[in-house]
Order: sequence, then C-alpha cells, then structure tokens
Amino acid sequence: MRLYLRFLAIQLKSQMQYKASFFIALFGQFLVSFTLVLALYFMFDRFNSVQGFSFEEVLICFATMLMSFSLAETFARGFDTFPSMLGNGEFDRALVRPLPVIYQVLAMKVDYTRLARLLQAVCVFAYAIPNCGVLWSVDKILTLFLMVTCGFFVFFGLFVVYAAFSFFTIEGLEFMNIFTDGAREFGRYPFSIHGRNILAFVTFVIPLALVQYYPLLYLLGREQSVLYMFLPIVSLLFLIPCFAFFRLGLRHYKSTGS
Amino acid sequence: MSGQGEPVVRSESVARRGEQSQVAAAQARSSPPKKYLSIFRIRFINALQYRAAALAGVSTQFAWGFMELFAFRAFYQANPAAFPMEFSQTVCYVWLQQAFLTLFMMWYWENDIITEITEGAIAYQMVRPVDIYNRWFCQSAANRLARALLRCIPLFMVVFFLPEPYRMSLPPSFGQFLLFVLSAALSLSVVVAFSSLVYVSLFYTLSPTGTRLMASGISDFLAGGLLPLPFFPAPIRAVVELLPFASMQNMPLRIYSGHIAGIDALSGIGLQVFWLLVLVLIGRLALNKALKRVIVQGG
Repeated sequence: MRLYLRFLAIQLKSQMQYKASFFIALFGQFLVSFTLVLALYFMFDRFNSVQGFSFEEVLICFATMLMSFSLAETFARGFDTFPSMLGNGEFDRALVRPLPVIYQVLAMKVDYTRLARLLQAVCVFAYAIPNCGVLWSVDKILTLFLMVTCGFFVFFGLFVVYAAFSFFTIEGLEFMNIFTDGAREFGRYPFSIHGRNILAFVTFVIPLALVQYYPLLYLLGREQSVLYMFLPIVSLLFLIPCFAFFRLGLRHYKSTGS
Repeated sequence: MSGQGEPVVRSESVARRGEQSQVAAAQARSSPPKKYLSIFRIRFINALQYRAAALAGVSTQFAWGFMELFAFRAFYQANPAAFPMEFSQTVCYVWLQQAFLTLFMMWYWENDIITEITEGAIAYQMVRPVDIYNRWFCQSAANRLARALLRCIPLFMVVFFLPEPYRMSLPPSFGQFLLFVLSAALSLSVVVAFSSLVYVSLFYTLSPTGTRLMASGISDFLAGGLLPLPFFPAPIRAVVELLPFASMQNMPLRIYSGHIAGIDALSGIGLQVFWLLVLVLIGRLALNKALKRVIVQGG
C-alpha cells in the first residue's frame, strides 16, 4: 500500500511537469462534462420532470454516476489503456517483476486530469444535495456513500473486463464503450427511463442499477425497504467474474513480441 | 457525445506510416489539382481497410442510438406538447447522427497531423510542393468520408426496418433529400475547416490533449451533438443557431428529417457557405502566419 502511494506521488509529479498542459487538459475535461449538465438543464427547463423525477433528483443520480466513474477512470487508467500496453510490450515488463500483475497495472498509469470530472460531480452535488428535498438522516447519507463507492467498484470491474478482452484481441474493443462511457452518459437518468429491458439488463447482467436506480428510490423516499439501501453491496459480486475473466486472459496471453 | 470514447486509431497510424511514401510519390508525379485528388483517393482507400473495426464500431453506435431514443421517448411521453420536434424527426436525427458520426463529430481528429506538428515532421511537409492546408483538408475529408461510408451501410440496413416508433424514415421529398446531400457536404467542410484552425493553434500551444478536448467539447455541444438545437431554450437557441457550429451536423440532420424545409433550408445552406468561407480564410491566414515563425527543433 505504501508503495502504491509512492507510485501515485510519482505519477502526480510527472504529470505536473507540464503545468500548462495539465491544467488545459483538466479544464477541457471539466468543460466536456459541464456540457452534459447543461444539456440536462435544458431538458428539464422544457419538461420539468420525467417519470416523476425532478431536475434536482436526476442531478443526484447524474453526480453519483459521474463521481464513481471518474474515480474508476483515474485509478483504473492502466486497464483503460491496457490494449496499448499489450501492443507495445510494456506489459511484458510487468510480468517479470516480483509484484502482482494487477497491482502493477494499477500503479503504472494514473491520469489525474480525469479528476476534473470528479470536481464536476462535487459541484453538482453541492447544488443538488441541499435542493433535492431529501432529509439527510444518517441512513440516507450512508446510502449515498454506498452508491458512490460501490459504483466505483462496478466501473472498475468494467475496465478490468475491457482489459481482459484485449488479451484475446490485442486491440481495444469499441463496443465496451457502451458499458463504460455509455453507462456514464446514460446513467445521468435513472435507468428505469430506458424501459424495462434495459433495467433488467443493468440489474442482472451488469449491476449498474444496483448502485444507481434502486438505492436512489430509497434515497428519495419512494421505497421504504432497507433492502434497497444495501443493494449496492450486492453489486460487488460483479468483481468476481471480472477478475476471473482477467485471469483467464492472462493465462491465454502470448506476447506480441514488440 | 464526446464521451463515446476516442476511436481506436492507434493501429491505423502504424499502417499510415508506410503509406506516407506512396503519398509523396503520387504528389511528385501529378499536376496541382490532381495531386490533391490523389491524396484524397489514397487516404480514402487506406481508411477503407478497417472494415472489421468499423463493423464492431457500428454495434456500439446502434446501442448508443437506442439508449438515446429511449430517453427521448420517456420525455416525449412525459409531455408531448413540450417536445420541439416530431418524434419521428428526432428518430431520424439520432440514427443519422450515429450513422454519420465520423463525418460530423469534431472529436475524430487526425492524429497524423497532430503528431506532425508536435513532433516536427511538419518540416518535411513544408519543403514539398504541396499546399499544407489543402493537404490537411483532403486528408481529413477522405478519412471521415471513408469511415462514415463503412459504418452507415450496416446501420441503415437495420434502422430502416426497426419497429415503430424507432424506425428511421425517408426524407419527406426527393428535393429535400438533395438539400440534405448539399448541406451534409457543406457541413463536413465546415467541420474540417474548423478542425484545421485547431491544428494551427497547436503550433503555439503544443498541448494537443487539452485543446482537443476543449474544442470538441464546445463545438459538439453547440452543433447539437449532445442535444439537438431545437431542445435548447429559445433565447439561447436564437444565438446558437447563428454560430458556425450550427452549420455543422445541426443543419443536414434537421433538413433530412424535414424539421427545416423550404426557404429556411436554403437560407441555412447560405449560412453554411458563409461560415465555410470565413473559416477557410481565417485558417489559411493563420496557417501562413504560423508557418512563417515556425521553429523546428533539431533531432
């Protein structure tokens, strides 16, 4: 763990070498996710509510997904850029070092500019938390906390799957984008909006609704059962097949030789 | 839409390196207009090589379009009166946008051009008897067109046969279709002209990541890439529709669906021509200015 912190510090230092570049990139990231908020605002300015969810309530939803995603994207960057690591042989170096492979992939790449999205999420929370009409008792705060942290792990798992696929293809797989970037983009609305089939998919196949839709219902007082509050914890089971798949890929791995 | 992930172009850049010499040879042989045509042709054929990648990409776009339409459907059902377009027009808008993603979205940058500038290979281009602006233009247009061609065919084969209300429809009339084609060509040119401006700015900043993100974030939003412009609040929309960004995907997609028709379509196309001329002029001037002071570090 202490070694990992050291890696984090080194990465931060190296990225801060080009300060102007770093801040322009940070600002760019911020701007991109800001347009998403703006688009959301325009929609609710016109429609007021959708399926009974108000603007502020949807913002809570949006910010939790954005926060989990940006944390996952920052720290699982190694998995996100894994195809290029395989392609240029960087991964072979990791294999010969006396440290767990997954640990090294995590430590090798951390992209701090992605934290701009986190900042965005914090801003949105700052507006939405006091305005969404939720009485913030201890259980509600805990629910929100579970949503964000477990969401982080689900996205993390998705990045691992993405990386694992590239053991077989060497190339990145564009269709995985629909689950990572797509989930971030469309997770801005409660998943029920996209209809029953999509909701079933994100409940049973990729458990994004477990960290978003169901606990949100509890948070907003639409569901009283405490079960909904703890559903995010169930989503952690998703990590098991993710890492199993990664190990399977690792066993299948042949170096590209470059 | 910028979140749709940058496309996987790493492998392409490797293939392109070999083809550089081809381009050079073609350039040396041919007369002025012909050489740009051959740049276009070579790039076009080269980009057509990535058929499997395109097919995989289509599945993403298909899912993406569906998710977007589901969300629009929920809003439509919440309040049909507040919906600023016909739902079928929105369906056309979304599917066309997905089909022609590579044509109109700002975030398909030419990585070749970017590395050329940041790493100094631009010096080689300067000694060649080829106008750099024209070369950029042909190269970008050819790549965008070829990729769009690969992606739109499989997508159209599906979306024209979907069940209602998600089925894509034909344009209201043949005349409208012709206007769409004209507007789409202009739109592509405006997008390419704007991206050339961004490439020129790299001569000064040398910071591609941030500049790219900012430029594509702003322009794709104001071009209706995230949300069609009719969904913007009226006062904001009135301003945004005059900006050069509205001459990008906004115009052809709305003309196809019949949301903009008749005189409005013609004046919209006029505005596109205007912005194209302005952007090309600024781009050329800025490039010349940048090339005059360019310092290529040795090595």
